[in-house]
Amino acid sequence: MIRFVTSRLFRAGLTVLSVMTFAFVVLRMSGDPAQVLLGPDVPQNVVQDFRDRWGLDDPIWQQYLSYLRAMLHGDFGLSMRDRSPAIDLVMQRIPATLQLTIPALILQLAFGIPAGIYAALKRGTLADRGVIVTAIVGFTVPSFVLGLLLVLIFAVTLGILPSGGASSWQHAILPVLTMSIGGIGVLARFSRSAMIEVMGQPYIRTASAKGVSWGDVVRNHALPNAAVPIVTIVGFMVGSLIAGAIIVETIFSWPGMGRLLIVSVTNRDLAVVQCILLLVAAVMVVSNLTVDLLYGWLDPRLRQTAPAH
Amino acid sequence: MAVTNLNPPLPAERRKARMPLTVQLSLFWLLAMVLCALFVDVLRPYPITQMNLGTRLAAPGTPSHWLGTDELGRDVLSRLIQSVRSSLVIAFGATLISAFFGTLLGFMAAKFRGVVEHVVVMLADFQAALPFLIMSLAVLAFFGSSMLLLVCLMGFYGWERYARITRGLAISASAQGYAAAVVQLGAKPARVYLRHILPNVASTLIVSMTLTFPEIILMESSLSFLGLGVQPPDTSLGNMVGFGREYLTTAPWIMLSPAVVIVLTTLAISLAGDWLRDRLDPTL
Repeated sequence: MIRFVTSRLFRAGLTVLSVMTFAFVVLRMSGDPAQVLLGPDVPQNVVQDFRDRWGLDDPIWQQYLSYLRAMLHGDFGLSMRDRSPAIDLVMQRIPATLQLTIPALILQLAFGIPAGIYAALKRGTLADRGVIVTAIVGFTVPSFVLGLLLVLIFAVTLGILPSGGASSWQHAILPVLTMSIGGIGVLARFSRSAMIEVMGQPYIRTASAKGVSWGDVVRNHALPNAAVPIVTIVGFMVGSLIAGAIIVETIFSWPGMGRLLIVSVTNRDLAVVQCILLLVAAVMVVSNLTVDLLYGWLDPRLRQTAPAH
Repeated sequence: MAVTNLNPPLPAERRKARMPLTVQLSLFWLLAMVLCALFVDVLRPYPITQMNLGTRLAAPGTPSHWLGTDELGRDVLSRLIQSVRSSLVIAFGATLISAFFGTLLGFMAAKFRGVVEHVVVMLADFQAALPFLIMSLAVLAFFGSSMLLLVCLMGFYGWERYARITRGLAISASAQGYAAAVVQLGAKPARVYLRHILPNVASTLIVSMTLTFPEIILMESSLSFLGLGVQPPDTSLGNMVGFGREYLTTAPWIMLSPAVVIVLTTLAISLAGDWLRDRLDPTL
């Protein structure tokens, strides 16, 4: 078990380092931040002053090392726009993003998994077909189309919900719905196939044959085994929630991290973009790590690091 | 291995049943889309940039503009046909790039093992650690958007899946008799992998491509919707939805027609892909 945890932690650390390197390479090498931020009509000495302050004239490996050192000290640099620490700007926006992503995740789990399991147990019935069709539609309608359709229906036509902004809890309804529907579809579809797979296993037939009641077969024999693949997909869904937040916050003018990312990317505000990239990567690495560890806990066979062959 | 499956998931005769109606409709729609993309210049009633300020925001059903016009009086149908081409070209190009490099890296990991394998796994972990949309936003915004860059960037989408599949299949194939036999006959690694192992994993790869293709369409549409994908005067489906959003209350058709095309196309590919998967590779 200790070897399993250590190897997963090592991989997580390596992943964070590669994301940091990626961010550094892309964001620093793609253009001259001084020129972009100061505009074309700025005197040469002002540009030079700016470059000195940001260390843009140092050799690239020196910039990289000081960059890593700064990261380790929790210093993500200053936003080039208003000189405030990038991390503060990002942190201010996080609560707003969490107000959307956490309810969306809860809705996805609360509806997606039960719907999928129900469909798997009632395979071939109308309810099953309904779940499949909803899942496929939820899966193929992109969030920006879904969001705009919801605005068109509930804000423009019916006029019962606001179309954008964040001043009351009603403002959160449409964004949360937009973010959760696709995920409910994905999760339902996945839970369904995981459950069908498990229900076809010989040990389920054995349990039924020795007289275990159907409810107990599902609860004690099927669900724990179906949980393994379902947990994996939930880990992936955290990533799609973050990506979804960018689009949904743009549609509904929600003042979260996604809006900040789009604005910073348009303004080429390197420090803020880097900070968001690293933060997202950290969240993803932590959630993947949690999934890996949960996996090891749910399925004892995976604790052995070396595969049998 | 020795366990006999007494209860196979699908009886053979059901799997060989004729193509369901939904799949036929999907293939028909996809064919129509491909024809649209191929014969843009013939099908398009107006040039996509031709403005007619006299007929701004004409509603669908107007005799000369079946799907209406946009805020500059440009024909929505013409722009839609052109957009189908942009989106399909990007998705095709990107799927091929992604499948090529993913397969190559997967084979390399299987052939050389050791350090190469570790590097490939690390790259795949990296890809999994960053939501693709966020990575592409950063790259596009900092390098500026161009069609070539967009195709290349989308070509990064999903390579790790091909790599993982080919690596696994190639490793198990090398352990089988046929690969060992051609190696004994003196075949070079390139020949073993391309002529003998690749045909054996091809059906799985094709099924993976049908899974990635709609996702790439959605990814490109999302980027274009955010204004960071295909740039005007070029047009793509996402880009039309993005601009049409401004006129949601007064002229919803500008945004609705490309939205419907996106949804139907991804839906059709998913349905056809699912069917293909059942036929070719029920294990995936």
